[in-house]
Amino acid sequence: MILSVEDLRVSFATDGGVVRAVDGVSFELAEGEILAVVGESGSGKSVTAQTVLGLTRAPNTTITGTVRFDGRDLTELDDKGLREVRGERIAMIFQDPMTSLNPVYRVGDQIVEMIRAHRKVSKREARQSAVELLNSVGIPNPERRVHHYPHEFSGGMRQRVMIAMALALDPDVLIADEPTTALDVTVQAQILRLLQKLNTERGLAVVLITHDLGVVAEIADRVAVMYAGQIVEDASLADIFYDPQHPYTWGLLGSIARLDEDRPTRLAQIAGQPPSLLNPPTGCRFAARCPHAFDKCSEPPPLDGDRCWLTPEDKRRLRDVDGRIGLRKAVTS
Amino acid sequence: MTAPLLEVTDLVKHFPIKSGIIVDREVATVKAVDGVSLTIGEGETLGLVGESGCGKSTLSRTIMQLTTPTSGSVRFGGEELVGRSRRTMRPLRRQMQMIFQDPYASLNPRKRVGQIIGEPMELHGIATGRDVTARVRELLDRVGLQPEHAERYPHEFSGGQRQRIGIARALALKPKLIIADEPVSALDVSVQAQIINLLEDLQAELGLAYLFVAHDLGVVRHVSDRVAVMYLGRIVEMTTATALYEKPLHPYSNALLSAVPIPDPKLNFERERLVLEGDVPSPIDPPSGCHFHTRCPWSTEVCDVDDPVLEELLDGHVAACHHPRNLAELS
Repeated sequence: MILSVEDLRVSFATDGGVVRAVDGVSFELAEGEILAVVGESGSGKSVTAQTVLGLTRAPNTTITGTVRFDGRDLTELDDKGLREVRGERIAMIFQDPMTSLNPVYRVGDQIVEMIRAHRKVSKREARQSAVELLNSVGIPNPERRVHHYPHEFSGGMRQRVMIAMALALDPDVLIADEPTTALDVTVQAQILRLLQKLNTERGLAVVLITHDLGVVAEIADRVAVMYAGQIVEDASLADIFYDPQHPYTWGLLGSIARLDEDRPTRLAQIAGQPPSLLNPPTGCRFAARCPHAFDKCSEPPPLDGDRCWLTPEDKRRLRDVDGRIGLRKAVTS
Repeated sequence: MTAPLLEVTDLVKHFPIKSGIIVDREVATVKAVDGVSLTIGEGETLGLVGESGCGKSTLSRTIMQLTTPTSGSVRFGGEELVGRSRRTMRPLRRQMQMIFQDPYASLNPRKRVGQIIGEPMELHGIATGRDVTARVRELLDRVGLQPEHAERYPHEFSGGQRQRIGIARALALKPKLIIADEPVSALDVSVQAQIINLLEDLQAELGLAYLFVAHDLGVVRHVSDRVAVMYLGRIVEMTTATALYEKPLHPYSNALLSAVPIPDPKLNFERERLVLEGDVPSPIDPPSGCHFHTRCPWSTEVCDVDDPVLEELLDGHVAACHHPRNLAELS
């Protein structure tokens, strides 16, 4: 395991109370693996990723648990220690490539600065690597493009610049937080291909944070489904799509309007909204929206495997909605 | 055959790009909408898809007369909308309403929900005083909110709930046509499903027609009877949802559909994929001939010089292409 997160808890003190954004998250990332973390807005997927790199540290934040990487606990490293990990070993790219690049510096200079902050190389050598990096992520005319400003690039090209910068120090792990969400589908396909290529050719391990199950199906090896600050299910790609255990996963799968299916009857929607993380329920956090909830669901769900009290037989029976996986509105008698 | 509810013919919207300090010279134009024709029947849903910058939003705003078209005609229920004054536009605008993408930006934060939904009714004189309150409560209930929510402000609601408020506001004037510009793209999938189901229920119940603008092709297939595909200000293909998704004729539609990952790993892996190179060209200086020829894997010399016209290649299936796909196996 190259990265292992254990019982991570992140809470923010706000005027309204303590928000438990991440509440007991554990997962492992194997070398060369693509792990997708799926969840809706506010489920804690971005906070989890940012905490791995120490980006959520602030006076109002409380972080407990461990993030093991290469024999060290990243939550205990100081700023200097973190700098040696960030970029060098674990790199990160974000959803909006425009706000992650400095608009008043040429992209070449930004890559050079980043390389020279970590490596003792001349400006000339760094610039040469910048050109090579831009070339490796598929940017045409890299010799000319290093002199351009971020606004001269399209969204897809900017995301390629971000990826080039992330690869500059040859990291082992890339954390990609919704890398294609701001992009058009044809450009998204290009970026996903690129990530896949880097994964196979360089053995780059990827934590991909996304809300799009189509993107997950396209490139992930394993999937962790997050809901209200917790991972409710963590399984192989095939199991998540063909043998999902948690009713929330069923609901997610059922509520997608699919491209490859003709107008079906109704989408299997999930009623209601996620609970407030100011004061989350002690039992199963999905119980209030789950049509299959029963007495036991008011107790904290099991920690091993999926967080659901239903028996495996019940699950197989209940998740079938007209031959597809979905979340039934009410249990039919 | 009766006239369609909405008939758009050769609609053009060009935005001038000006330069110069003393003399305001027009140096170029952005051809946001460049000769679009379409029809929507009563109770029908026309999906409109395309990538960012293809002109989908400008087209919907131009149909609504929120921006003045450069040329062309928009007929609603047989009446021409282009060139009308604000006063003569008003009774017609009542019948066509809009739902916007961003439920955070499209509701006035200083007004209570009751005012937001009730004001259009008072402005158009279709209800006054107590009737307004009663109708607001009824509408809130209809879109799945509580009648007492009328007293609250928009910030007290989640994204999905706000979109419901936007829908209630659009319904307040009993429109025949709703133009929905990316109504679910800002929402999480589970909430998306709630809103799509609501829009479909309302259509069945009230006989609404929708122009459903979205970039999510899955959502569009689910809600639409017919779908139009836009590229650089023009419609390149238009047909029934099933025909478009099963046998797209235009290479761009093929590429667009092939780019969308399917949430089913096995099918996704088995499927043949067509990944386009490059980005969408600028609408200021679109490529010569067929606008798509710079990215099209099947383009030939003719595509470079000759602009293909939108013609009916199959029954009810129009496309603008010199080398349509999937045609041989169909005929």
